[in-house]
Amino acid sequence: MSVEVIAEGKDKRVRSNFLKKIPQVYYFLVIVLAGGLILDQFFASGNILSNPTILRNILVRSVALGIVAVGQTFVMIGASIDLSVAYTISLTSVMASLIMQGDPARVPMALGIVLLVGVAVGFINGLLVTKLNVNAFIATLGTGLIIKGVLNGMFSSGSMGSVPKGFQTLGYGSIGPVPYSIILLLAVVLIGWFILSWTKFGSHLYGVGGDILIGRLSGLRTSRVLIIAHIISSLTAVLAGLFIVSRLGAGAPWVGPDGVYDLESVATTVIGGTALSGGRGGVFGTIAGVMIFGVIDTVFNQLGVDTYLKMVIRGAIIILAVASYSVRSKREAA
Amino acid sequence: MTKDQNKAIIPMIEVHNINKAFPGVQALDNVSVKFMPGEVHAVVGENGAGKSTLMKIMAGAYKPDSGDIFFQGEEIQLNHPVQAQDLGVAIIYQEFNLLPERTVAQNIFLGREPSKLGVISPPQLNKQTEDVLEDLGVENMINPTALVSTLSVAEQQLVEIAKAVSLNAKVLIMDEPTASLTNTEVNLLFDLVATLKNKGLAVIFISHRLSEVFGIADSITVLKDGQIVGTKDISNVNTEDVVYMMVGRTLDHYFPPLGTEEDFGEIILRVKDGANDFLSNINLDLRKGEILGIAGLQGSGRTELAQALFGAVPFSSGEIELMGKTIAIKNPYSAIRRKMGFVTEDRKSEGLALMQPIRDNMLLAIRSLQNLFSFIHPDGIRASRSMVPDLGEQVDVRVESYGNQAQDLSGGNQQKVVLSKWLASGAEVFLFDEPTRGIDVEAKARIHDIIRGLTKSGVAVLMVSSELPEIIGMSDRILVMHEGTIGGELPPASSEADIMLVATGQQNGNGKAKSAANDGGIK
Repeated sequence: MSVEVIAEGKDKRVRSNFLKKIPQVYYFLVIVLAGGLILDQFFASGNILSNPTILRNILVRSVALGIVAVGQTFVMIGASIDLSVAYTISLTSVMASLIMQGDPARVPMALGIVLLVGVAVGFINGLLVTKLNVNAFIATLGTGLIIKGVLNGMFSSGSMGSVPKGFQTLGYGSIGPVPYSIILLLAVVLIGWFILSWTKFGSHLYGVGGDILIGRLSGLRTSRVLIIAHIISSLTAVLAGLFIVSRLGAGAPWVGPDGVYDLESVATTVIGGTALSGGRGGVFGTIAGVMIFGVIDTVFNQLGVDTYLKMVIRGAIIILAVASYSVRSKREAA
Repeated sequence: MTKDQNKAIIPMIEVHNINKAFPGVQALDNVSVKFMPGEVHAVVGENGAGKSTLMKIMAGAYKPDSGDIFFQGEEIQLNHPVQAQDLGVAIIYQEFNLLPERTVAQNIFLGREPSKLGVISPPQLNKQTEDVLEDLGVENMINPTALVSTLSVAEQQLVEIAKAVSLNAKVLIMDEPTASLTNTEVNLLFDLVATLKNKGLAVIFISHRLSEVFGIADSITVLKDGQIVGTKDISNVNTEDVVYMMVGRTLDHYFPPLGTEEDFGEIILRVKDGANDFLSNINLDLRKGEILGIAGLQGSGRTELAQALFGAVPFSSGEIELMGKTIAIKNPYSAIRRKMGFVTEDRKSEGLALMQPIRDNMLLAIRSLQNLFSFIHPDGIRASRSMVPDLGEQVDVRVESYGNQAQDLSGGNQQKVVLSKWLASGAEVFLFDEPTRGIDVEAKARIHDIIRGLTKSGVAVLMVSSELPEIIGMSDRILVMHEGTIGGELPPASSEADIMLVATGQQNGNGKAKSAANDGGIK
């Protein structure tokens, strides 16, 4: 038996530049949408995905996750991670409604305070990761648990206050057919894209995440870059918290963990093509990941399918997406 | 030491009486060199001669223990690579410092992006990159918006050079820049180096390939064992002179006696026409009880040969015969199962699980042979652990406790643990890649004794080494690699100059040895 000769034909498929720029995850989104449409036709006579109200709901339901996932994308591009976002969301919702107490005049003060708290949480996360060299997974898990403990200890019972009616328009109002919440999400995505692609900070973040040594050799202030990324992540969590409290009318310590915003933001970011090891990815991919989750949720909810099956599908998609990325990069390396 | 005709010109960079020691080795010993503007200065020497250390000192990556550095006549203190870079000293390592997932433009201007109030204009960034590439005359080869991961090695090197030029580098240090280039690419690089030279840069060119050095350099400095042998004008020397300068040394270390005819048994391993992406036309025989030394320059395929035999990067064509049977070695597992052991060059990442106890490291190979779900050893865990002290004694490893982590051991003792791992597996063919790199002299001698002891018990040894004294002192036969194939076979105790001549492609070994290698070796 002789050792087999393996033809090393290099994969030289020519794809146009434009197609290459589309994040791969959009192919998944198309597949998921197609799958949804087929299920829809067979089991709901096309009443789900052709219904504008439901379509709009997919977007609205994705707003909170989408906003957090944009922040998560920043830290993950920097080869870090933020697992404290779910509790930052809870903290924001509770603080906002406690401070506002239903009084419109107190809204600006509440906004100012929760945003400052967001900056503080992100700053602490960033310091732990860069200056104390605590692994980001552990550091942010730790800060998350601390916030959770404080919340549960202080606010497990009693009134949480409420947000004024005016503030609730953020959650329910709309300009014409377009809800404010979708405009908010869109704005966050566009700002995120702008920062990543058009600013020095964005460029440096990719550098730090791609290879921190190269970053240092290029004179980047690596710690500062990572700390800012963590502050951005916490701020998006604050925004998501404000959106959630505007929908619910009052804050509660469980809103963050109940939405599994920590793991779901990581999952959607990864599905969107951002590498866990950093240095690669972007917000448009992440948003597609969020949409995929949104479509699956909505279709299955409308069909009344077992929630456990939904989890199975989600899990499978995470694995498939990441596997397809690593297969692709292996082929490129060969 | 430099005999410069034009003393009026100030050296671009000059090192003076530099000393640098690492644990167990004096890497640089009172080294002084001047690098002139508009000059390509080659620095040559064997592995471990101190070339890389010297370059890293000039690039600010290492601090010298003593000595001075002058940049354009002024004394400087380099504390950080960025500082050297700002002054105008750029270095291109063999491993490129590029971000694969970012574009050419983003890489070239990382940390120096043209911007207003922190906002970059990508079109402007790409335009500036285009300008830099145009300046070098390579604008048609590289697109500023291409991802670096899609570029070939040669193109990535161009990006590194463009980055250096855009930094206004006055000194460009290149570490083995031609190691992974094709001939056409080398020519292109040399054209580019000539352009840079005409711009007045001081280009420092580290290379093993003497023919290339003579094609491009104006002057040449030879380092040996951390000392300067000499700096010469290239027109005043020829290849033989330089080879002699590189290797003319005294042996500072005694090797165990070579094997004798009685030691050598039948052929245990034979390769016919082995080839893969890195290797071609590999024919060799390995007999029981002999040490077959594999010499060659960096990038000649030495390590790749050992990896191919062990299945880490297997042959894609050709045949491997083990004890007369044709076999396929597709991965390390199949090699280990067939009683081959591989002591790797990089023991820290490939040979040892550093955080695990020494005991478990010793038993790693034997455990991999067992059924995944059986007890860790046929006799149970306790019995398998009783093997450990025996193994330790065999390789003379000095440890306080076998429960300590492997990372606490010295380099020499770590290497002994790697050895014992394969002893435990009962390997009959041992592949060594740089068995004594980074090990102190005493431990080196001990490991050489152990290797020779192995052959006395009938084990066949294939030993890859970049250290010529080791090749000559240990090998019963010597194969010299050149450009991915076996350049020639030399008899035991050949001289360093003989080996270097084959390794640099100046000579194809002697005719007899060459045909013997092609026929499949010694009968």
